[in-house]
Amino acid sequence: MEERRKMIEMTGIVKKYFIDTPNELAALNGVDLTVHEGEFLAVVGASGSGKSTLMNIIGTLDRPTEGHYTLDGVDTNAAKDSELSSIRNQKVGFVFQTYNLIARTSALMNVELPMLYGGMSRKERNERAEELLRMVGMEERMKHRPEELSGGQKQRVAIARAMGNDPSIILADEPTGALDSSTGRMVMDLFHQLHDEKGKTIILITHSPELAEETERIITLKDGAVISEREGSGHAVV
Amino acid sequence: MLLYENIRLAFSSLRANKMRAFLTMLGIIIGISSVIAIMTVGESIESSVTDTMGSLGATNITVSLQEKEDEEEGESVEMGMQFEGPGRMRTPTEDDYFTDAMLHDYCENYPDTIEAISVQESLSSGQLLVDKLYANVSPSGVSDGFFLANDLELIDGRYFSDHEIENHSMAAIISDKAVNNLFQGDTDAAIGSTISLVSGDQYLTVTVVGVYEYEQSIYSFGNTSEKDLSTDLYLPLPTARDLNHTTGESSFTVVTAAVTDVDSFISSTEQFFNTYYRNNRNFEVYAFSMSSMLDSLTSMMGTITTGIALIAGIALLVGGIGVMNIMLVSITERTREIGTRKAIGAPNSAIRMQFLVEAMVICLIGGIIGVILGTVLGLVAAKVLDMPATPSISSILISLGFSMAVGIFFGYYPANKAAKMDPIDALRYE
Ligand SMILES: Nc1ncnc2c1ncn2[C@@H]1O[C@H](COP(=O)(O)OP(=O)(O)OP(=O)(O)O)[C@@H](O)[C@H]1O
Ligand SMILES: [Mg+2]
Repeated sequence: MEERRKMIEMTGIVKKYFIDTPNELAALNGVDLTVHEGEFLAVVGASGSGKSTLMNIIGTLDRPTEGHYTLDGVDTNAAKDSELSSIRNQKVGFVFQTYNLIARTSALMNVELPMLYGGMSRKERNERAEELLRMVGMEERMKHRPEELSGGQKQRVAIARAMGNDPSIILADEPTGALDSSTGRMVMDLFHQLHDEKGKTIILITHSPELAEETERIITLKDGAVISEREGSGHAVV
Repeated sequence: MLLYENIRLAFSSLRANKMRAFLTMLGIIIGISSVIAIMTVGESIESSVTDTMGSLGATNITVSLQEKEDEEEGESVEMGMQFEGPGRMRTPTEDDYFTDAMLHDYCENYPDTIEAISVQESLSSGQLLVDKLYANVSPSGVSDGFFLANDLELIDGRYFSDHEIENHSMAAIISDKAVNNLFQGDTDAAIGSTISLVSGDQYLTVTVVGVYEYEQSIYSFGNTSEKDLSTDLYLPLPTARDLNHTTGESSFTVVTAAVTDVDSFISSTEQFFNTYYRNNRNFEVYAFSMSSMLDSLTSMMGTITTGIALIAGIALLVGGIGVMNIMLVSITERTREIGTRKAIGAPNSAIRMQFLVEAMVICLIGGIIGVILGTVLGLVAAKVLDMPATPSISSILISLGFSMAVGIFFGYYPANKAAKMDPIDALRYE
C-alpha cells in the first residue's frame, strides 16, 4: 500500500467564513489528509462538522483559507481559476445528494456534458456516453429528461456523468441521502464496481454507518477536524 | 464547437417559457416590423415615383410663368393698402402667355440643344360616344414635341399631319383602352372612324387617326373599372386653342439633347425668356428639370428614413432592456444549473457563451418575426395604395444584423454575471 501513488495530499487545511467579523467561523480547522490512488474512503461526522466543505476543497470547487493541497501532483494553491475548472473537468467526478442533472436535457446529453466541455468530438462523446449509461443500467432511458426519471435513475445518470472524462477521483456527497435503502444499495453497488473494476479513487460522504463500513478507510470529522481514522471491510456485506 | 449545443439549449429554455420569451421579444418585434413595413412602402413609393419621373424624362425642362415678387418695397405697401398686396394669386392672362413667336425664337437660338418643345392645351374632360358605347377621355391639344417628351408611341395609325395642324382639323389620337370600349379592341375599325366627343358643354366630332398604348401611372389610384377608366385624347394644338379661345400657354416642356448640361441650360432658358418679360408687371419665367425635383425627393426620403430609424432605435433600446431583464431573471433561476456546470468543469467562457447565445437567439427570433410581420404589413399597405411592392432586402439584412447586435449588447452583462459566479455559492443557492 505504501508504494501507491498519492492522489490527495492535504496539510493544515483551514477554511474560515466571516473572516475578521465577530462571528468568524472555521468550518475546517487544520485538516491533514492523504489519499492514495484507488482508495475507497468514507467521511462521516455530525451535521455541520465540515464534510461538504472538505469535499468541495478536494474537488477544487473551493479554495482553502490556509494550508496546502496537492491533487494528483498538481499544486492547487498555485493554480488559476481556469486551470481549476480544467482539473475538475478531467480529474474529478462529482456526485451530489440532489443529483444536479441539467433540466430539460436528455440523460445522454447530461452524460456528454463533461466531455463537451473537455473538447471531445461529437461522435466520440456520443459513443462514450451511451457506453457509460449502459454501465449504470440506464440504456433504456437515454432519451429521457431528468423530469421523467426516478431519484435512483437520476443518481445513476449522475454517476455516469461523473465518469464522463474517466476521472481519477470520484467525490460523492451523500449520494444515497435522498434514496430509499434498496435504491441506495444499487447506487452503492455501482461505486463498488467503479472501485473494484476500474480502480477509481472514491471519497464518499455518508450518514449511514453501514455504508461507511463497506469502504476501506473511515474518517470521522468533528468541528472541522479529523478525530478518528480506522479501516473498514472494503466490501459490501451481503 | 459549443455553438450548436448552445443554440439547441437556448431553444429548449425558450420553449420552457414560451409566453415569457414572446413578451420579451415584443419590443424587438415592434421595432423591427415597423421599420420594415415603412421601408417597404417607402421604397415602393420611391421606386414608382422615380419610374414615373424617369418616363417623363429626367432631362426634360419645364418652363412656366411665375408671379413676380414686388421689387420696390414702397410700391408693395401702397398696393397692400389697395388690397392688392403680395400673396394675392394672379392667373396669367392672354397677354402674359408664351407666344409661338417666342418659342420659335427660342428654338432658333439653341438649335443644337433643343430636340423638341412640348406644349399642351387641356380641354374639359368628357366622353367619346359610339352608338350606345362610351369611353371617358381627358382631351387636350398637343404639339408635335409632346409625343417625344412623353415617350408616347403609337401602336397603330399615325401622328397629326402638317395639313391637319395648319387647318385646325378635328383629328384625334386615342388610347387602346378607348378602342376596347368603343370598338371591342378592333383598332382597324377605330382608325378613320368619325365619332362624337362631348367635352364640357361642347359637342364635337373627331376623326381617329392614331391609337397609343395606355400606361398605368401612379397617379391613377383606385380601382376604376376598365370601362370607366379615363384616358387621354389628343388633338392638334391649334384645334384645342380654338376651342378654348386662347392663343398661348403658361407653361411648356423642352426636350433637350442628351449631351446637354441641364442645369446651365435651365439658367440660359430663364435668361432668354426674361428678356421678353422684363416689362411684364406681374410675371417672370421659371424653369426646372425633373432631375432637380428627383434630387429634392431623394433628400426628403432620406429625412423620413432617418426619422424612422430613430423611432426604431428607441423601440429596439426598450426591447433590448427587456431582454437584459429577462436574462437576469433566467440566470437567477438557473443558478444551481450554473453551479453544476462549473462543477463539471465548464470554463467561464463556456457559461458566458451559453447565455450570450440565448440572448441573441431571443433577439434574432424577435427580429425574424418582426421582418415577416413588417413585410406583410408593407405589402398590404402597398397593395392598398396600388403600388408595386418592393420588400427591401438590404433593410431586412440590416434589421436582422441589428437585432443580433442588440442581443449581444444587452446579453453581455447578464452572461458575464453568470460566468463570474462562484461555483460553491451557485451550487448552494436555494
Ligand atoms: N458559504 C458558507 N458561508 C458560511 N458558513 C458556511 C458556508 N458553508 C458552510 N458553512 C458552515 O460551515 C460549517 C460546515 O458546513 P458543511 O456544509 O461542511 O457541513 P457538513 O458536514 O457537510 O454537514 P451536513 O452533514 O449537514 O451536510 C457549517 O457550520 C456551516 O454553517
Ligand atoms: Mg454536507
